Amino acid sequence: MANYKPLQFHVPEPTGRPGDEPDFTGIEIPSAGSAPRPDIDVDPNDIKDLARTIIRVMDKEGNAVGPWAEDIPEDVLMHGLKSMIRTRAFDERMMTLQRQGKTSFYMKCTGEEAIAIAFQQALSKGDMHFPTYRQQGILLSQDYPMVDMINQILSNAKDPLKGRQLPILYSVRDYGFFTVSGNLGTQFVQAVGWAMASAIKGDTKIAAAWIGDGSTAESDFHAALVNASVYKPPVVLNVVNNQWAISSFQGIAGGNSATFAERAHGYGIPSLRVDGNDYLAVYAVSRWAIERARRGHGPTLIEWVTYRVAPHSTSDDPSKYRPKEESTAWPLGDPILRLKNYMIKRGLWSEERQVQSETEFDEEVRTATKEAESHGTMGSGASPKEMFECVFEEMPPHLREQRQKMGV
Amino acid sequence: MPQMNMIEAIRDAMDVKMAEDDNVVVFGEDVGYFGGVFRCTHGLQEKYGTSRVFDSPINESGIVGTAIGMAAYGLRPCVEIQFADYIYPAYDQIVSEAARMRYRSSAEFTSPLVIRTPCGGGIFGGQTHSQSPEALFTHISGVKTVIVSNPYDAKGMLISAIEDNDPVIFFEPKRLYNGPFDGHHDRPAKNWNSHPKGDVPEGHYTVPIGKADVVSEGSDVTILTYGTMVYVAEAVKEETGVDAEIIDLRSLLPLDIDTIEASVKKTGRCMVLHEATLTSGFGAELAAQVQERCFYHLETPVERVTGWDTPYPHAQEWDYFPGPARVGAALKAMMEAV
Repeated sequence: MANYKPLQFHVPEPTGRPGDEPDFTGIEIPSAGSAPRPDIDVDPNDIKDLARTIIRVMDKEGNAVGPWAEDIPEDVLMHGLKSMIRTRAFDERMMTLQRQGKTSFYMKCTGEEAIAIAFQQALSKGDMHFPTYRQQGILLSQDYPMVDMINQILSNAKDPLKGRQLPILYSVRDYGFFTVSGNLGTQFVQAVGWAMASAIKGDTKIAAAWIGDGSTAESDFHAALVNASVYKPPVVLNVVNNQWAISSFQGIAGGNSATFAERAHGYGIPSLRVDGNDYLAVYAVSRWAIERARRGHGPTLIEWVTYRVAPHSTSDDPSKYRPKEESTAWPLGDPILRLKNYMIKRGLWSEERQVQSETEFDEEVRTATKEAESHGTMGSGASPKEMFECVFEEMPPHLREQRQKMGV
Repeated sequence: MPQMNMIEAIRDAMDVKMAEDDNVVVFGEDVGYFGGVFRCTHGLQEKYGTSRVFDSPINESGIVGTAIGMAAYGLRPCVEIQFADYIYPAYDQIVSEAARMRYRSSAEFTSPLVIRTPCGGGIFGGQTHSQSPEALFTHISGVKTVIVSNPYDAKGMLISAIEDNDPVIFFEPKRLYNGPFDGHHDRPAKNWNSHPKGDVPEGHYTVPIGKADVVSEGSDVTILTYGTMVYVAEAVKEETGVDAEIIDLRSLLPLDIDTIEASVKKTGRCMVLHEATLTSGFGAELAAQVQERCFYHLETPVERVTGWDTPYPHAQEWDYFPGPARVGAALKAMMEAV
């Protein structure tokens, strides 16, 4: 027998657990403006470094620097900031509703607001998101009625989804918001299929796929990338790396071995890793990838580096598995604070307007919540009859019989 | 009327629909240039181009997952899973996604797609080219499950399936592609030329999903079956002389329970016959529904004759397959019981 040592089994561990000091020294933060900006028809092989760096635009002093710094129109910036404030106010109120027992479930996107919102602002009417459960900013940055979102969360009589779907798994076709599954990773490949259809029909619409760092481990992630690689459809593959999948840190999804962005290299798909808490970077890179897709240059993968400040959901308690102060120690800061400071520096915003805005949106959410609650809370308004509808286009005999048996 | 085998009938159905509707697209492993390992899509790429008929990577969850996205866009994908044995990687996409799309989105998004897949044994395909997983799809809410037994039905039902606004799993018993097979594997193979169901009209026609076909009337016992077993049942009827009423279910979900109920109440006996394994097979559902509706008309217990609860073996294929000898013995035992 050769002299082999016993093998050792490797299970990655995060840098800190409850009681530890947060430690992000392993995350290298390049200076803002240091990453190059390629042309949209670039050969993926020529920009492999962009999957290992972090594209950043806002520097510490609140200046927009480097080749990704765009001349973003003021109304876009203003709408972006307000939408982020609005989303955070919405999340806070919905969390309270759950604590009051008025809904069964909620998920906040605190700290990740810039990603969904700036991306949505770069998209056009007719495009389609295939969101996961932390992209409420897509709807909250458009004119979709807030009260309808709350009706869905409350599963009440005005719930657009008739009480059949878990809170926050919205479906809003007219606003480019594909029905959220709740199963993870499945929709990443559907977005690729949707984009294939756009190309098959010779249209100019593009799809935006969304997935979290944890779910990149699903085989559907590979299915999406291999099909995107083969057919080169107009799709942007968004990986939101918020560091945590419930209690599993990103290393459990393989994030310690390579960046999530680097995974696209094996498929020949261009890939960019971006500061997801830098609104200016999110907007610029989103526009780049969307334009690339719409011009027929194919898919792009973007890893948005961010941090899940909130618990996974209302059913989760992060104090059981990660350092208490980790979210405040997160080196990329808070996206709202950063954009606010940038806009104040440019003379577009002020501390007073910030406070005023927060108050206004809090009022808006309270008013909308009151209206939604008048239609019932936690299933009190949803009809049992609706349970049998929409299983098929036409109700088959066995379902009709079961509904009769139930007496509705 | 043209004579077609089941492969030609299936191809013709896709051809008819592709000519009628630009939104129909066809893809799967080897279905493009080559035309499929069973040749069901032969010539379609040449006729309709690579944007509408193309090869997919060996990635079943991707085939169905992309088809779901396309269907949400407004296309009508008709995809092929090369063998039903390969469908399991796509199961999550079927169960959690296609089947629930209409329900969870309140019909904002739907999944009008067809998943064609060859099933069943009888070709020495071993455990990975012989399975009949139909029951797995009848257990989920929101997909229709169809299994055809002849060229006429295959074309008419595939057209119905492509036109259906809900997802349809379309099983094609591969042992029937080239002719009706009655289980006598030691006898010369028959082809569809001389069979009345090999007469397939040109152009568009439909056979509805949800209607069973009484393929042979009788008064002593009802045999509920589908796919390849239809011909085994017919052979057994002839060989035993038992006056069996043979019902080809064709559609397992929705199920034509009215036709089943009327027949069993008339004959007073019921045999359920399928090639798939016994435990929790679709026969269990049939037996339950028959006893719920026909209990006081039954003279004997409902009898199930099926494949054994083993993986589909290779060398022992004909020991596994519920052929005429096994079915005949069971049928005679039923008749002698009372």
